Amino acid sequence: MRVVLRTPEREERELKGPKKVREVLEELGIVPEGVIVARGEELLTLDDEVADDDTLEVISAVSGGAR
Amino acid sequence: MKCAVCGRKAAVEVRRQGRAFCPEHYLEWFEHQVARAIRRHRMLEKDDRVLVAVSGGKDSIALWEVLRRLGYDTTGLHIQLGIDDYSKRALEATRRFAEERGLPLIVVDLKEAYRLSIPELAELTRRRACSVCGLTKRYVMNRVAVEEGFDAVATGHNLDDEASVLLGNVLHWQTDALVRQGPVLPAKEKLAKRVKPLYLLTEREILAYTLLRRLPYQHEECPFAVGAKSLLYKEALNKLETAMPGTKQTFLEQYLKKIEPVLQKGLSAEEVALKECERCGYPTTGEVCAFCKTWDHAYRWAKRKGQIPGELRFEAEPRLTFIPEGKRGGDARPAPAQEPAG
Ligand code: SF4
Ligand SMILES: [Zn+2]
Ligand SMILES: [Zn+2]
Repeated sequence: MRVVLRTPEREERELKGPKKVREVLEELGIVPEGVIVARGEELLTLDDEVADDDTLEVISAVSGGAR
Repeated sequence: MKCAVCGRKAAVEVRRQGRAFCPEHYLEWFEHQVARAIRRHRMLEKDDRVLVAVSGGKDSIALWEVLRRLGYDTTGLHIQLGIDDYSKRALEATRRFAEERGLPLIVVDLKEAYRLSIPELAELTRRRACSVCGLTKRYVMNRVAVEEGFDAVATGHNLDDEASVLLGNVLHWQTDALVRQGPVLPAKEKLAKRVKPLYLLTEREILAYTLLRRLPYQHEECPFAVGAKSLLYKEALNKLETAMPGTKQTFLEQYLKKIEPVLQKGLSAEEVALKECERCGYPTTGEVCAFCKTWDHAYRWAKRKGQIPGELRFEAEPRLTFIPEGKRGGDARPAPAQEPAG
């Protein structure tokens, strides 16, 4: 599966599926609390299973700086 | 995983509450959380005119959307920082959001108003961009709110912002900063009330909201955010949160409930009275406020370097642009009488 990272720079990774979203993030070394995982318009939870031909987006929720 | 309300497939999990929701019920849950925080802390009254500080990022855009949906009379305030394309795109996202909804927006362009951008200000004063940026934004926000007669300024600070600031303050035992952490800062003479309606929602929850509502927002990060300590604190807290859901909320809420009141009492003897800044007339603990001091300092160097004319004196009064033109925002009440700018 294709995983597009926006954390926040755009990066792409290839992973083998099927697997759970939780495993995808583990494999990428990403802390789940800091991101939202989407498949197209659909938002996914950690227990959702994704297929080998899916394209996922991992969007960072963390923003920095003094505010 | 199933929606806690309707049993359909869940889209967003709120681990700290042990629940998950489908898109529809997530949006409902989110807006309810904000409404409850506002009520619980008496942040806003129903007919308040609210100035929403909007950077164009997900937090402030989500905040504006929720306040609008809850029926508040809102006007956006966007401050153009002059950080190249990043700032331009921030304004684009903000304008798009406001125009699509017919909401009034006030823009203060620092370069236009004060002749210098945030990067220039930082360089001239040899300070970190975030430090002069934060100081300038707070001053402009407050001054616009006071002079345009708003009842409160609402900012998009979220649970991660608040918890990470608390962690930083605790790690360095910054007691003076620690007592200013609440979600409501009451109004004082020439100090507008400041509220943080999103302070108990995590960044992740806010991002889910903006995505599900399909709100236009600026995805990209400010170039100066890179390497900020706050990011390190946020990352550490998110690791703890993943292992122990609810950590961030407990850390902040229990601090506000149990520790802050005690600290405030203990420190009240040291509380210094506020005076009027000799330069601008706005509240300060010293003779000249930090804002005027910083900009005066920058002006001295800018003159030496020939960046601005030698006879120019720094004037703290911001110049406002109203979008749409001529509209002062807040139709509920007549706009307060205004002195000519200058
Ligand atoms: S990251 Fe720093 S410089 Fe950039 S907008 Fe935020 S406070 Fe300002
Ligand atoms: Zn539902
Ligand atoms: Zn001043």
